[in-house]
Amino acid sequence: MMEEVKEVTSTLSVHGHNIKVTEVLKDGDTLTFLIVSQKLSGTGEHHVDRTYDDFEWLQQLLFSQEDEPGIQGVIFPSLPAKASANPSAKVMKQLGFLGLGEWQLYCKVLERYLRQVAAHSILSKNKAVEIFLTSSEPPGRQRARKNLFNRLSQAVEERRKEGYKRFLDVVQSEQKIAVACAHFSASLHLCVEPGEDPDKQAFSKACVQLSEVFDSIKKNMTSVAENDMNTLGLGLDLESRCQEAEKEMLFRRTCKLVELEAARRNAEKAKPLKKAAMEEAKKTAEIEFNDICVVAKQEVHRFRAARVKMLQHTLVQWCEKQLLTAKESADQFNQQLQAFRGIAP
Amino acid sequence: MAASSDRIPPPFPDTEEPGVCDMADGDRDEGEDIFVICSNPVAVSRGVSQPDNVNEQPPDLFREDEEEEASSATAKYNGVHSDDDSDLFAEAQVEPSTDKVGSSARKELSTSSGPPPSSSVTQSPAAMQPSSSLQQLEEEEDEDIFDVDVAVTNPEKIGDGMTAYVAYKVSTRTSLAMFRSKAFSVRRRYSDFLGLYEKLSVKQSLQGCIIPPPPEKSVVGMTKVKVGMDDPSSVEFVERRRAALERYLQRVVSHPSLLQDPDVRDFLERDELPRAVSTQALSGAGFLKMINKASDAVNKMTIKMNESDTWFEDKFQEVENEEQQLRKLQVVVDSLVSHRKELCGSTAVFAKSMAMLGNSEDNTALSRALSQLAEVEDKMEQLHQEQAASDFFIFAELLADYIRLLGAMRGCFDQRVRAWQRWQEAQSTLQKKREVEAKLLWANKPEKLQQAKDEITEWESRVTQYERDFDRIGMTVRKEVLRFEKEKAKDFKGQIVKYLDAMLQSQQRLVKFWEAFLPEAKAIA
Repeated sequence: MMEEVKEVTSTLSVHGHNIKVTEVLKDGDTLTFLIVSQKLSGTGEHHVDRTYDDFEWLQQLLFSQEDEPGIQGVIFPSLPAKASANPSAKVMKQLGFLGLGEWQLYCKVLERYLRQVAAHSILSKNKAVEIFLTSSEPPGRQRARKNLFNRLSQAVEERRKEGYKRFLDVVQSEQKIAVACAHFSASLHLCVEPGEDPDKQAFSKACVQLSEVFDSIKKNMTSVAENDMNTLGLGLDLESRCQEAEKEMLFRRTCKLVELEAARRNAEKAKPLKKAAMEEAKKTAEIEFNDICVVAKQEVHRFRAARVKMLQHTLVQWCEKQLLTAKESADQFNQQLQAFRGIAP
Repeated sequence: MAASSDRIPPPFPDTEEPGVCDMADGDRDEGEDIFVICSNPVAVSRGVSQPDNVNEQPPDLFREDEEEEASSATAKYNGVHSDDDSDLFAEAQVEPSTDKVGSSARKELSTSSGPPPSSSVTQSPAAMQPSSSLQQLEEEEDEDIFDVDVAVTNPEKIGDGMTAYVAYKVSTRTSLAMFRSKAFSVRRRYSDFLGLYEKLSVKQSLQGCIIPPPPEKSVVGMTKVKVGMDDPSSVEFVERRRAALERYLQRVVSHPSLLQDPDVRDFLERDELPRAVSTQALSGAGFLKMINKASDAVNKMTIKMNESDTWFEDKFQEVENEEQQLRKLQVVVDSLVSHRKELCGSTAVFAKSMAMLGNSEDNTALSRALSQLAEVEDKMEQLHQEQAASDFFIFAELLADYIRLLGAMRGCFDQRVRAWQRWQEAQSTLQKKREVEAKLLWANKPEKLQQAKDEITEWESRVTQYERDFDRIGMTVRKEVLRFEKEKAKDFKGQIVKYLDAMLQSQQRLVKFWEAFLPEAKAIA
């Protein structure tokens, strides 16, 4: 049911900034994502379900907009690696943060991808985007021709940034601590001794209370780890993706420049018979390159601003969430300390 | 006599249990007084019984009376009377026949199913039933203040190379008259502590006391320290040992009977102690192992003790169970501590990588953001470090201490079994001697008869004595167990409060960090 989407005349009929990936369903090994978008006309919402393959279809079509001048200067939003319901260890490693938990972060990344596409002045005009977001039928699965763009997605996961890896370690340590605390808390219950003896009772009571304390510590650690993941972890993930996307764009531009140089030399060296043709080719290459540079400049500018904003937003969110958690925990510990002291010496 | 034994000593005017005795770590004080004033309510040392009294009266009939006498007479004071008495006491201590420990506590609690209090005329109300006298025991323990504070501080490496050792400063502050001055300190090394433990074990274990064990020897740890004291693991090892030695000493001095021991006093007071050479071969743990092995051997002996009091059996089982549980807890705490340390490490590495990123970023806003992130993470690492230490020192060490103490307690129970066996063996020897006498009578050999009679008399008194010993050990063990449980409940509570406090403080610091960081984060763009 796929239409040809070479024309770039259409505009999106939904709001781009509040696209949501609300749910993920497991169907055997495949994950299906529910996407909700608000109609521009204000008359309601679109609900569609898509699989990862559908996302890839969209990405491919975006890449293959060859008629769009300077398309190669665009910094493309990047997709995460493919996730399945029962991912292998290798895939989990690739996914990093996104693999922790129940796919909430993964959904967030997909969400951000869609929002970035919808907000992009050039990309949003592609009809594929409209179809993806609004069509009740799943979009076609045909693969576009392999081109330069295909290198994009997988490479990101392999060249993980140091900072990202380190933070992943931090979060995993935090999770381990939470588990150990839960374990300790449970073990303490085994130490409760029955008996009338007041000292025994005092000791048992102390054990129970300590168990509660460690329960709180566990909750605190779990929250801390979650906050870390949802804010800074996600932020670092997107940041590393962004850097790669920019690099990819610059690489494409460089390739174009090399092509241009080649075309120039050819035009110079051409024998009179071929000269006109070579000149034509050179002119085309020049135009293409210039188009790319124009787009690239805008993109880089926009991109840098967006990166700073995103990182700032991430840090603020992270700080606020951790502050809240810390305050809650402080209150909790305070209460427990008072309760402890209140009990007879 | 009856009148005097009716009296129950009035409570001391300022006797309150202020709660946890908080010995601050010496190194952290920076000029503050290393002692925090507190009191360890501990049983009155009923040790200074008047041995003359005891020996005058025939053992059986007036047993209860003599105890009442001793208790009311001695219950009034706090600690040891004077040096004279303590010397007297010191001698008395070595002889197992002295009713030193637990004399006043033996209010019908012994396992001997003797006749009902026929001598009830002279019996004080305090000795009515076991439960109330146990209560009495507890009350008396609560009422009395005990005033000796010790601290172990300033570990210093003396010497170089493989003969190097670490010397600790042991400071004592006390108001007890039995010491030469109110505050004093000496330098001791680890083998001195071990030596003290061994001396105490040899003497006290016969009485059924729980001797607190010192921290174990560690060849690996010490070798590292000998080689150089700078790396963090050596520092941690020394600190761990210092803290453990301090807790060890605190437990020793808070035990009423042990405090009376002249070896303990010497340890605290004397400038120079003879080198405890025997400890080189025998570590604290080694000694404990010896006791355990011996006790196992005892248990495997064919004679099963005829336990007339199930209290001991039940307690022993409890102790074993508890030890198991504590070991399980210890495993969990160890894993918690290692994860915390891991978190420390990964936070530090993350901070560094963020700092590097910040440096290499040309966009100034981004660069600033990343640098600040690096700083926050640095501070977090500090915090995690302290939390790990807290987890460790508060809980892991507490559990380790109690596992050792429970082991010592099992040793006590075994001592009692051995006392019983000694008694049984003496009884069977006496029986044999009587048979010999009978045979001699039959064979009519008057010369040998006298010798046989003498031997019988001797063994009769031995039997009596061993029986008394056995009863007395039983009493002591009971008292010790009670005391142990009290201390344990208090100790654990104290540590939990300390831990909670530390957690609360670190959370509050965290809140401050985040509050400081928030405006910086907002100001980035």
